[in-house]
Amino acid sequence: MPLLWLFISVLAIAVVGFVFGRQRALSSAGGDVRSLHSLPNYYGWNVFMKATVPAFGLIAVWLIAQPLVLQNSIAGMIPASEIKEGSNIGLVMAEVRRTATGIENAVAAGVISPALATDVNADSVAVTALLKEAGQVVTSEISQSLLNAAQAFRAMNATGNLLMTALALIVALAAGGFAAMQCTKDYKARNAVERGILMLLIAAASVAILTTIGIVLSLVFNTIEFFRLYPALDFFFSPEWAPSFSGRGGSSKLGILPLLWGTLYISIIALIVAVPIGLFAAVYLSEYATPRIRSIAKPMLEILAGIPTIVYGLFALLTIGPMLVSVFGQDGLGWMGGGRAVMTAGIAMGIMLIPFVSSLSDDIINAVPQAMRDGSYGLGATQSETIKQVVIPAALPGIVGAVLLAASRAIGETMIVVMGAGAAARLSLNPFEAMTTVTAKIVSQLTGDSDFASPEALVAFALGITLFVLTLALNVLALFIVRKYREQYE
Amino acid sequence: MTDASLPNTGGAPKSGSLHEIDARTKKRNAAEKRFRMYGVAAIATGIIFLLVLLFAILGNGLGAFQQTFISVPVYLDESKLDKKGNRNIDDIKKVSTFGYNPLIQKAVLKAVVDAGIETPLKKSKDMKALISASAAAQVRQAVIDNPALIGQTVEFRFLASSRVDGYLKGRVHRELLARDKNIDAEHLDIVDGLKEIGVVKKTFNSAFIFGADASESRAEQAGIGVSMIGSLFMMLVVLFLALPIGVAASIYLEEFAPKNRWTDLIEVNISNLAAVPSIVFGILGLAVFIQFMHLPQSAPLVGGLVLTLMTLPTIIISTRASLKAVPPSIRDAALGVGASKMQSVFHHVLPLAAPGILTGTIIGLAQALGETAPLLLIGMVGYIASNPPGGVIEGLMSPNSAMPAQIYEWAKRADPAYYERAWGGIIILLIFLVSMNTLAVLLRRRFERRW
Repeated sequence: MPLLWLFISVLAIAVVGFVFGRQRALSSAGGDVRSLHSLPNYYGWNVFMKATVPAFGLIAVWLIAQPLVLQNSIAGMIPASEIKEGSNIGLVMAEVRRTATGIENAVAAGVISPALATDVNADSVAVTALLKEAGQVVTSEISQSLLNAAQAFRAMNATGNLLMTALALIVALAAGGFAAMQCTKDYKARNAVERGILMLLIAAASVAILTTIGIVLSLVFNTIEFFRLYPALDFFFSPEWAPSFSGRGGSSKLGILPLLWGTLYISIIALIVAVPIGLFAAVYLSEYATPRIRSIAKPMLEILAGIPTIVYGLFALLTIGPMLVSVFGQDGLGWMGGGRAVMTAGIAMGIMLIPFVSSLSDDIINAVPQAMRDGSYGLGATQSETIKQVVIPAALPGIVGAVLLAASRAIGETMIVVMGAGAAARLSLNPFEAMTTVTAKIVSQLTGDSDFASPEALVAFALGITLFVLTLALNVLALFIVRKYREQYE
Repeated sequence: MTDASLPNTGGAPKSGSLHEIDARTKKRNAAEKRFRMYGVAAIATGIIFLLVLLFAILGNGLGAFQQTFISVPVYLDESKLDKKGNRNIDDIKKVSTFGYNPLIQKAVLKAVVDAGIETPLKKSKDMKALISASAAAQVRQAVIDNPALIGQTVEFRFLASSRVDGYLKGRVHRELLARDKNIDAEHLDIVDGLKEIGVVKKTFNSAFIFGADASESRAEQAGIGVSMIGSLFMMLVVLFLALPIGVAASIYLEEFAPKNRWTDLIEVNISNLAAVPSIVFGILGLAVFIQFMHLPQSAPLVGGLVLTLMTLPTIIISTRASLKAVPPSIRDAALGVGASKMQSVFHHVLPLAAPGILTGTIIGLAQALGETAPLLLIGMVGYIASNPPGGVIEGLMSPNSAMPAQIYEWAKRADPAYYERAWGGIIILLIFLVSMNTLAVLLRRRFERRW
């Protein structure tokens, strides 16, 4: 693992720099700590920081940039004839990379000599045979141009890695040396170190922004790619979802409407289960329950929120499904064909959302000022009349916000629908039929795929961006409503 | 229901005693009682759901911790295992597991005959249905480890096949055997007989907790141990990345950040990320870490990175709350004796906030441990995690599964024996989650300071 060794060497340089910088500062003060500007360790840390941060930064940037540069220069080497019908440059590049790794491993295993591995005129058939002998995964036939591309890829990769190692070490040494030279008794080491730490803190805080950018970019670019292969109008308005993986090209029908309908239907059923139970539970807990009952019942309900969704998925698949089938299935009312249905997933999801609705509404109901209740009691209203006519209307915006947040949770939920709702995409009103959702289809279209070239795989990104926008809109709407409400009572 | 506020319009006031409750008051009182009952019913429903869920998990999953074993003495025939008779280890290794199967089947048949069980199954081949397919490999490994065993009769403890196991656990019923091509009623008679004399026994199954996953046809052999290690490595990545980044981000936002656009942007982003569906993080991981950066698929490193991004908002929110809880007088005192802002934060505020940060981190880790959806996209399902990794780097980089992904994988398989494993896996997962949450609560109780 050369990268690990590079890290260790940079760290070693930094540690040596730490000791040296500290020593140098101390000796410039004649060994008297009191005449230093900062504590001696700050001088050490100054060197340590300046040796490691630029070097690690360089390594990080290099590691991200190198594959991109390689990709571009190698892609130019591949002749257009190499890109077969129904394939694209991405697939061929993956092939090149795979071959290069194969050669690398075969050289390491001693099956291919280093000379043959770099020989431009090497016979592609012979190399293929040797690669197979070394147990490397290669396609049946490596063409000559592909082999040459792979060789160039491997050579450039090796040069790049070597260059990165050398540059990182030079940067570490140079920056560390510069910092060590700064270490005299008048140098304001503490200020420098604290400025550096502040920069690191800012960088850490920016990770959140980077993540959002990463999500948006990865969704947007792949979605644009998808819309180049598949018309956007068909995606948004076609009522049919029938992807075909066998024949590459135009035979798939990828309309999002059935998926959206399944998502909405399951979410609605989940909310029908969760909202009344959660709301009444919240009202009871905050208005009626004695502290003792509250201290028992509230944590018990909240356990439901801590259970992983895979558990609810399994519960839906193996407990709720068979239970529903025994009542509504062939032996009972005959409405239900199999255990996987909108109802199955909806009920499981509803159970999951109960604590979500109840604890959010609980907070909101508790925030209604006591004076409003007292006013209502003073007029002779009973407790339930006060709740229905004073507390709930006052808390309504907050409760609507909570329900919207729960809805956004339901729409984004994956495991329960993957396991409980079935795989058939249909536009139907029967809640006992199997339907599928946006999240379930993202999983099924992307599982096990690493190269995204076909519209069938890329559609997952378009589904993802729809999901992202939908949940984001619901959250923003919920926050907006809640915030507006808060202003009234504070 | 506006009785309380509506003035009584028209008509003479009703006559009657104050001690007598009139019809309208009765109605209102009844409505009050009903409303109360709705609340009780809602809470009861919630708790009943919880109990049903726990009951389903325990009822279905506890069986996975027990497994049926068949103990029989096997004669390791020299003429079959070492034809040349020179105990050359290379020659012994040439005998594949197929060479061992007849010996094992013969041994089981002998045990059946010795027990005096009447059965129409007279051939040793008929015994195949009783024993797990892993038995041959087990004997072969024993022989290769110790070639001196050849020619002796050695007592082995084999896994029974999943059907036999299911029969003893009540999952396989005699009435349903007609549709099952793997086992007949006669086999079950043998099992009953062997159980009486103690050859077939159901005991605690540590292989389920520590073992590796097995292929689809060997449900009896599958364990969750290797995917547990995969989860462990992911949690290490999350801990080592999310904790420092989360704490650093919180310190900046809580202590240093000026009120400006950039800070607002960060805040909005963090609260939005907390609400993004987990599957979207999976898409991010697939596109950025695998498609763009070419990190290995199915590696716990990638899983850990994705879960780090997902847990970060949780950790930041709880860390900020505990930083906020440290009173400003602490900061003022530190600044007053000449500490810099940075020193006051790192030497005084952070140590005082540490218990709260730790609690939040543990809860974030527990959340990450149970998360499944993003792992499906980066390929941590769909293959068999068979060997525990050799070292830290291999543990991070080589393909592995994770506990929830393994449970999903089992739930997908057709054999009902795997459903039991899935429930059992959930018990183990919940044990981890419960202990982590308990630890968090205990830490909070023990160290939390009220100022």
